[in-house]
Amino acid sequence: MSVALHFEHVGKRYGETIVLSDVDFRTEPGELVVLVGPSGCGKSTLMRLVAGLETLSEGTIRAGDRVLNDVPPQDRGVGMVFQSYALYPHLTVRENLAFPLFVKKVSPETRAREVERVAEMLSLGPLLDRLPKQLSGGQRQRVAIGRCLVRKPDIYCFDEPLSNLDAALRSQIRVELKALQRELGKTTIYVTHDQVEAMTMADRIVVLHRGVVQQVGSPEELYLRPHNRFVARFIGTPAMNLVAGGLREGRFEGGPIRAAVSVGTSVERVLLGARPEHVRVHPEGKVEARVRGIEPVGEAGYLHLAVEGISLDTGAATSGSTPKPGLLCASVAGRDAFGYREGETVRFDLVDERLVIFDAVSGDRIG
Amino acid sequence: MKEGRRWLEIAGVHLVLLVASAAVLYPVLWVVRLAVSPTGRLTEAGALPIPKEFSLQNLSDFIFARDFYGRPIFFIQLGNSLLVSGAATIVGLLFALSAAYGFSRFAFPLRRAGMRTMLVSQMFPAVVTAVPLLFLLDALGLFGTTAGLVLIYATTSVPFSIWMLKGYFDVIPKDLDESARLDGASAWIVFTRILLPLVRPGIGLTALFSFMSAYNEFIMASVFLDDVTAYTLPVTLQQSVGGFDPNWGLFAAGSLVLSIPVVLVFFFVQKQMVEGMTAGAVKG
Repeated sequence: MSVALHFEHVGKRYGETIVLSDVDFRTEPGELVVLVGPSGCGKSTLMRLVAGLETLSEGTIRAGDRVLNDVPPQDRGVGMVFQSYALYPHLTVRENLAFPLFVKKVSPETRAREVERVAEMLSLGPLLDRLPKQLSGGQRQRVAIGRCLVRKPDIYCFDEPLSNLDAALRSQIRVELKALQRELGKTTIYVTHDQVEAMTMADRIVVLHRGVVQQVGSPEELYLRPHNRFVARFIGTPAMNLVAGGLREGRFEGGPIRAAVSVGTSVERVLLGARPEHVRVHPEGKVEARVRGIEPVGEAGYLHLAVEGISLDTGAATSGSTPKPGLLCASVAGRDAFGYREGETVRFDLVDERLVIFDAVSGDRIG
Repeated sequence: MKEGRRWLEIAGVHLVLLVASAAVLYPVLWVVRLAVSPTGRLTEAGALPIPKEFSLQNLSDFIFARDFYGRPIFFIQLGNSLLVSGAATIVGLLFALSAAYGFSRFAFPLRRAGMRTMLVSQMFPAVVTAVPLLFLLDALGLFGTTAGLVLIYATTSVPFSIWMLKGYFDVIPKDLDESARLDGASAWIVFTRILLPLVRPGIGLTALFSFMSAYNEFIMASVFLDDVTAYTLPVTLQQSVGGFDPNWGLFAAGSLVLSIPVVLVFFFVQKQMVEGMTAGAVKG
């Protein structure tokens, strides 16, 4: 059975410190929900609240019709894979997998059968008699997932499960995890600080910043229609360009950059958001810029452009890999990137229909 | 040039180690020398701890000593020593383990104050508490009994043991407890099935400390015990050099015999300690 999770005005305080405030959203049954945000944003705490490892200060968490608030962790039907894997170092893989059943006083025959089933599912068969220290990082993680599967929980929680793996293994396990989640069809909460991981895995992403939910939505919604400046900068690599300027009757003006936008009002200080792929470099472009950096990364390449007379908001909260202050980032087709020289002059346009507008003061999107 | 300096470095290190080893071993060798020389007089000695004559008389005198009634007094007292130290270790550890688990894993009022108080209690010399303890034991009807001495040794070792064991509990990631809790384990299961096996090296070390301090303890034993058959070995050892003509040979032989169990215990516990330490970490 798969359940929907409801968070209703959830808050968590440690003494005077507010870790989470007014978290309010719901998930559909069987969804993979990714909680993402910079360190200290409260994402792990929110997951621990679901697992019952922390107690709520305010609000209600519901799984289906059941209020979880006062249910002890072991009765919540929540299984968790810890960032450290939390394998019991003195027990073999077999004993680790069987531990939840041993605690529940399940008969040895059933225990053995369940362990075999899970071991087969995760190809752990040959490793059953090894100790955790004799396993590689990826294998340990599979054991941790297996120990969770043995219990057959309704809700799975993954706390940064890939952070201890090397890059190659990470992308492989990402795919495997996603496939496993689809197969099980159970509601899953997945915590990460890596927005790429969030984008590739999630059915629904919850972006958190300083204990407040910034936006809940599909990866596409977050990417194309970020609710505010924080989400705009946090989601996407490289980060979204934010050009400072003013809004006059549906036209944006910021230095040499002009754009038609869908907001009819006039606002004195706004930020124009443009993804690198919406900055189109071509010889007939209206705005002139000088190439200051070239990053060919294969199928796409990035140009970092210095534009006379514009001011860019680089905000602190960026997860992008290439924060180059004061330079506008444009994406070009991979092969083309090799054709540019640093210092040369190029021309570009913005793709008007893809642009978003944020209020420069509040940071909220207004168009 | 570089090669020469390396040799000098090695020679220097060895010189320091040799001097340090000699400083540690010199008195021990002296005790050995005294134990195997028949007269057992300090005045005959030169600077080097080499015996002029060799005899095992002192050792056999100490080991096969009989009391007025012909009882093998050494074996009785060795039994007392082992019983008292062993029992005190086990009782002390049982209390210290559960207390250390509590102090390490649960939040409760006065937790820090409790730990500090226990540290402070270690700062008073044993003699200070001797008289009150004497009254307490008397009131409990345990004065002069082995059980009384076990109680004293166990309680005096508990604070230090808690401090030591808490350190071992603290380094075990809390993830393990939490994971076990999610798996449905009670605090008791977490303690016995997960944490205890992981603090085994700590238990070994703490047990060694407890055992040795009880086994070597002299002041309390000499104050509380008034019957020769209830004596522990340190008390007998002290009495062997009493009087106007102290037999240092007998004393030295006794010291050697006394240290054998400690050396043995150390040997076995140390092996277990190393095993435990390589048991594997959580990640990495």
